[in-house]
Amino acid sequence: MEDIILKFHNVCVSYTEGKNAVNDVSADVRRGLITSIMGPSGCGKSTLLRAVNRMHELYPDIKITGSIELDGKDILKMNPIMVRRMAGMVFQRPNPFPTMSIYENILAGYTLNGIRLSRAEKDEIVESCLFNVGLWDEVKDSLTKRGSFLSGGQQQRLCIARALALKPDVLLMDEPTSALDPIATAKIEDLLVQLKKDVTIVIVTHNMGQAARISDYSMFMYLGELVEYDKTQKMFTNPKDKRTEAYLTGRFG
Amino acid sequence: MSDKIFKKLLFVSALVIMIVCGALFYSLMSGSLPAFRELGFFRFIVSSEWGMNSDGSEHYGALPFIVGTLMTSFTALLLCFPFSLPVAFFVGEYYNNTVVAKVLSTIVDLLAGIPSIVYGLWGFYVIRPFMVSLGLSEQGFGILTASIVLAIMIIPYSASLSAEFIRMVPRELKEGAYSLGATRAEMIRRVIMPNVSSGMISSYILALGRALGETMAVTMLIGNTNNVPISLSDTANTMASVIANQFGEADGLKLSSLIAIGLILFIITAIINYIGRLIIKRQSL
Amino acid sequence: MKSYSIRILKDRLLKTMVIILSVLTCVPLVLIIGKVLLKGYRQINLSFFTETTPSTLDAMLAVNNNQLIPGGIANGITGTMMMVLIATVIAVPIGLLCGVYLSENRKTRFAGIIRFLTEILQGTPSIITGIIAYIWVVVPMRSYSAIAGSVSLAIMLLPLIIRSTEETLNLLPESLKEASLSLGSSYTMMVLKVLIPSAFGGILTGILLAISRVIGETAPLMLTALGASAIQWDPAKPTSAVSLLIWEFYNDPNLSNMIWSASLFLLILVLVLNLTAKKIAKKWKI
Repeated sequence: MEDIILKFHNVCVSYTEGKNAVNDVSADVRRGLITSIMGPSGCGKSTLLRAVNRMHELYPDIKITGSIELDGKDILKMNPIMVRRMAGMVFQRPNPFPTMSIYENILAGYTLNGIRLSRAEKDEIVESCLFNVGLWDEVKDSLTKRGSFLSGGQQQRLCIARALALKPDVLLMDEPTSALDPIATAKIEDLLVQLKKDVTIVIVTHNMGQAARISDYSMFMYLGELVEYDKTQKMFTNPKDKRTEAYLTGRFG
Repeated sequence: MSDKIFKKLLFVSALVIMIVCGALFYSLMSGSLPAFRELGFFRFIVSSEWGMNSDGSEHYGALPFIVGTLMTSFTALLLCFPFSLPVAFFVGEYYNNTVVAKVLSTIVDLLAGIPSIVYGLWGFYVIRPFMVSLGLSEQGFGILTASIVLAIMIIPYSASLSAEFIRMVPRELKEGAYSLGATRAEMIRRVIMPNVSSGMISSYILALGRALGETMAVTMLIGNTNNVPISLSDTANTMASVIANQFGEADGLKLSSLIAIGLILFIITAIINYIGRLIIKRQSL
Repeated sequence: MKSYSIRILKDRLLKTMVIILSVLTCVPLVLIIGKVLLKGYRQINLSFFTETTPSTLDAMLAVNNNQLIPGGIANGITGTMMMVLIATVIAVPIGLLCGVYLSENRKTRFAGIIRFLTEILQGTPSIITGIIAYIWVVVPMRSYSAIAGSVSLAIMLLPLIIRSTEETLNLLPESLKEASLSLGSSYTMMVLKVLIPSAFGGILTGILLAISRVIGETAPLMLTALGASAIQWDPAKPTSAVSLLIWEFYNDPNLSNMIWSASLFLLILVLVLNLTAKKIAKKWKI
């Protein structure tokens, strides 16, 4: 029996009544691995991911049914603030807070949650988090500079560090490399593989190559439905569903 | 019509604006020159005498009106703040893009549409008696009364501009804060406020510019006395109200002095507006 | 670590405060409109629009006999209409062309200066435009006049029209210009037949909103148009305006009953202008 960290159970999400953007998705995500969610744009993959972080609550029109369990607790019944601390999130476009320095950005999760830390604790968190994302050597002399001066790839790694600073159980990534150049993308991909030992990663991507390179398990979504969910290797070599095959061979998407 | 002539025409119309502004400044300058020559520029500004002396000589000084204007405007700014800030967050953040926000911003826009003189009437018949009943002054006139009405008049300007800035904070930043477990209040304090602070300051600077030059409502409520006000319950005159009150029957040195006050008011509001716009431009770059 | 319930409580508290204070902000509008409506509607009848201001004596007699004050604000209505019309005729062509100029020359230094001056002009207190019109028109003509009033209003209208025209034109896609030029249209025709018609709704909205801003102006008119008790069609003579009449009624206790009806009329005028402008903006959206 494998260790399950995240359980989707009959999850439906709708933006407008009667039309589900995510339709009846049930799946178990395994701990300590990278799971990718693929699919053509508009297939509901981002919507599903964002539901785990209760991001849909920011937009009152979005309705959600079913249950999502994180570490055995139904997060839809928990307070969103607690959920979001357990599930870190990295967005499509890097979004370091422009009014905060690099140092402050890493600690943003703590300041935003009103947690006070001693100077030593802060330094320790900042250094270890930046070190973990391979950014320490690049920015250790400019910690007081604003995060918005970094390159796109560095900014995105800063955002990953910021999410990891709160020691989440799972890291949700919504097309984290879609705004980056190939070199920066490669660096992030390497980083994710390294991070796997500390945190479970669920990554939404429209880049099949990326899913193949880094993920252990893959989901394929189409028109809001979870079409196929299997070991990445298996899915890429021997897809069960015709739609998956069509997508993987580049016939749409 | 040939393109050449048409382009000239466009250019000339722009030139007209330049000429109007230049002529405006020149006319104010030349109109106030007699006063400055007679009384001295610096003495004119710091003197608090206004009117005929017992020996028949005239002396005019702008100090009471400058002080009156600043006291009234800044008090109004202070009073408008606790209302325009919530309105800005209501419209720009909490209920952004909803019907209630539209209703509120329409109402606030309408506040800006009410003519100054109607505010004056309302202040005279509603706020002034209220001030009397509070025992703040015998007649109810004074700086505080004028400031209260002025505050209501400038709420729309600061609120709608602040709301614009709040709305402009990128969604990604807000989501970033939420994804780290912030409550909305914490997100507003740590993400929205630092991002919009300079824009917000500019919206209040522009509102101040409005307050400085507001005439009718203030004229009807401030009590129209030519002394330097000490407290908020004092009666006074602002630069605009003294012009409105005394321009009609003024001539000679007095007329020139009133124009000089107009010039000073023009320069102050121009500087205030310039600073406000400058900050906005910096912000939007 | 701050306890979780305190954080939630603070969050709720902030939201509640925002809502309460926002609602409170609407109270003055309701109070003002309520007051003007309740006290003003009684005097509104046909003669209110067709007759001129009554004399103090007539008004006093009527008030003493518990009757409505006879007469109306016809002299004010005609004066306001005439001055707004002249001011619009002066300001619209210049404002429109200048707006086109600024939008067509976005980055030049000269345009930057003009833009700056427009902003300064827009922030100029209305009373200053009154002084200017007094110096420019009243002094040379040796008489207060509707023309002087119109000039002061036109100075106020100008920056508003320029800015709204420029902003509307800036919203037009560049491809629109390219399309018409590629068809061999001259620059003039492109501006007159393509740009301005495409932006027409926005420009008209801007003009109407600008008029609604100046139609209730009082202070500059006190220095320029002065006022008149009869209907005055000669723009070179002193003229009244609705706002000036309110000021007169305010200063004459016998006429004070008419303050509110004149204010009501002014408010409705402003409201109608605003609503029309918004309607046009919606209908002609680019």
